[in-house]
Amino acid sequence: MATAHTAFWQSATVVENTALTSAIRRIVVAPSRPVPADPGSHVDVLVTIGAEAVVRSYSIVDSASDGSSLAISVFASETSRGGATAMHALTAGDRIELTQPLQDFPLRIGAPSYLLLAGGIGITAIAGMARTLAARAVPYRLVYCGRRRDQMAYLDQLTTEHGARLDVHIGDEGTSVDVPELVSTVQPGTELYMCGPIRLMDAVRRAWTERELPASDLRFETFGNSGWHQPEPFRVRIPALGIETSVSASSTLLEALEDVGVDALNDCRRGECGLCEARVLGLHGVIDHRDVFYSERQRDAGSRICVCVSRVRGDGRSIPTITLELS
Amino acid sequence: MPIHSTTSKVMGHPLNAWYVAAWDHEVTRTPIARTIADRPLALYRTEDGRPVALADACWHRLAPLSMGKTVGKEDIQCPYHGIRYNAAGRCTSMPAQETINPSATVPSFPIVERYRYAWVWLGDPLLADPDTIPDMHQMSDDDWAGDGELIHAPCNYQLVLDNLMDLTHEEFVHSSSIGQDELSESEFITTHTDTTVTVTRWMLNIEAPPFWLKNMRDRFPGFEGRVDRWQIIHFEAPSTICIDVGVAKAGTGAPEGDRSQGVNGYVMNTISPETPRSCHYFWSFQRNYRLESQLITTQLRNGVHGVFGEDEAMLKAQQAAIDANPDYEFYSLNIDAGGMWVRKLIERRLEAEGRLSPSPLVEV
Repeated sequence: MATAHTAFWQSATVVENTALTSAIRRIVVAPSRPVPADPGSHVDVLVTIGAEAVVRSYSIVDSASDGSSLAISVFASETSRGGATAMHALTAGDRIELTQPLQDFPLRIGAPSYLLLAGGIGITAIAGMARTLAARAVPYRLVYCGRRRDQMAYLDQLTTEHGARLDVHIGDEGTSVDVPELVSTVQPGTELYMCGPIRLMDAVRRAWTERELPASDLRFETFGNSGWHQPEPFRVRIPALGIETSVSASSTLLEALEDVGVDALNDCRRGECGLCEARVLGLHGVIDHRDVFYSERQRDAGSRICVCVSRVRGDGRSIPTITLELS
Repeated sequence: MPIHSTTSKVMGHPLNAWYVAAWDHEVTRTPIARTIADRPLALYRTEDGRPVALADACWHRLAPLSMGKTVGKEDIQCPYHGIRYNAAGRCTSMPAQETINPSATVPSFPIVERYRYAWVWLGDPLLADPDTIPDMHQMSDDDWAGDGELIHAPCNYQLVLDNLMDLTHEEFVHSSSIGQDELSESEFITTHTDTTVTVTRWMLNIEAPPFWLKNMRDRFPGFEGRVDRWQIIHFEAPSTICIDVGVAKAGTGAPEGDRSQGVNGYVMNTISPETPRSCHYFWSFQRNYRLESQLITTQLRNGVHGVFGEDEAMLKAQQAAIDANPDYEFYSLNIDAGGMWVRKLIERRLEAEGRLSPSPLVEV
């Protein structure tokens, strides 16, 4: 199962759009140039927000074996940047532009056992892997965490499909997952695949490192849209360019810079590659690092920031402001 | 494009199949590059001897990993920027940063050693069952001895299958060693199952051609006289052909099953597509007599090397003629029955994979 990094754009027809929870809708599309979708793959979708077209990534939850229909699921959070609202408004028959399946999160067949961990909407990236493993006689465990039962998409279906292999942890019900304990049960050789909020994934990475398990057996995907803190507006200054502007809660630092004409180098736009790195010259507030490029040591140093995903939050003393130097 | 039928010159190759990637001795701690079924691979061994097959292109800038080196217990290091991958193709180190990019992997492929070969599976890994590796037990059983080689054949793999399924060509291509008139004159019987095709030909009470006379004299010094000769061609889909060959003193009961007065060899062929116009042709000649003689092993290997060199020249010329006549289909003859069943079985496999068309040569 190869990684597929090249975007082939095509049109698709919306087949259905149904509510799974009050904030998550399942959207099924029929692509014009179908190809089969491997577990862990996603599509990039062109979403129109007002007059602007932006690209959003959504995991493929399930698909016809020939790829003639694909299901994604879209979560509209309170701090959604507008893409989710536009996706929720689609109706059957609408045409959208999207890529053929892209694969940056391949499930490797051949490990002695698997632990699949999903937090919230992260289940969309994990459900297909669980289904693939269930179809095969390999040991796996699916752990699904959420804050509220009625906000956890596909819960009933997963219970039916995976039975005793499914562990459910729900914050409101007092059964939040104990990450160090979960990681302590991992046998060497087990591959862990996870997708979820950055707090959850950071905790797993820390426990994984402490147990000295191989980093290569910890697989995760992030679309760079969650942080340790709620997004809030802040200011950014780039003295070398004579620029000062504000970043709203619903746009990224990179987008705000692009809006005022800054030609900022970037590539993945989800905090992985480090190309958008900027040097921090001054800071009022605290950096909310949302990338997976920096090590914990580098994050703590606070001298650099990945502007595609990371933000600044206030410390209660002054308007949060960051002063940067770009490459 | 409904142009495809079993008479198509070439059809492409199934992906859900075990193909031999290398002789066991070719896979070492020093990586090698080899393309199987259009997929460039880096092949190497871990410190504890397990073979590894990774896509031969670094995740970062596609530098060939086969130009790199093995490091640690199971890793390979990209020769360009030092990025390391383990045997599963997972990145284990990015020298220029403190973390590893979460999407950094190269595809890894199931690879199994059996019958002196390293077999690789490039299709759906969920279907990669080593029990479906074709039976080539004569390669490694104690009752057999022999050796072989790898031919890099400049033709589509199906042309080699055609060649091996119809041995009447021996009379014309190999006239100085194994060819004789009786090959074309004698009758043959073709049978098949869902995965195999067998072509059986007996030539009774004939003169032994030079290759077989030598073999008889290795076992029966000073042998003179006529022989009963057999060729029983066993094809196993998609591209393995083991040929039971031999001669016995005429009239001593070989057709009825008593081969004690003869010599028996198995020509073990398995062909791995490389590109639409080239393939890796692995062969070995195994025998079940005079097992102790390394001299005979070497002589047989060298002899077959010469014979197969004649085939290689013909296959290369045939591929060139196919390329020069893109609109011209094959005609078929009665002698092609074995090869045509082979094509039918391959066609069914391609259909099951949804990959029957278009033919790779039509696209070029």
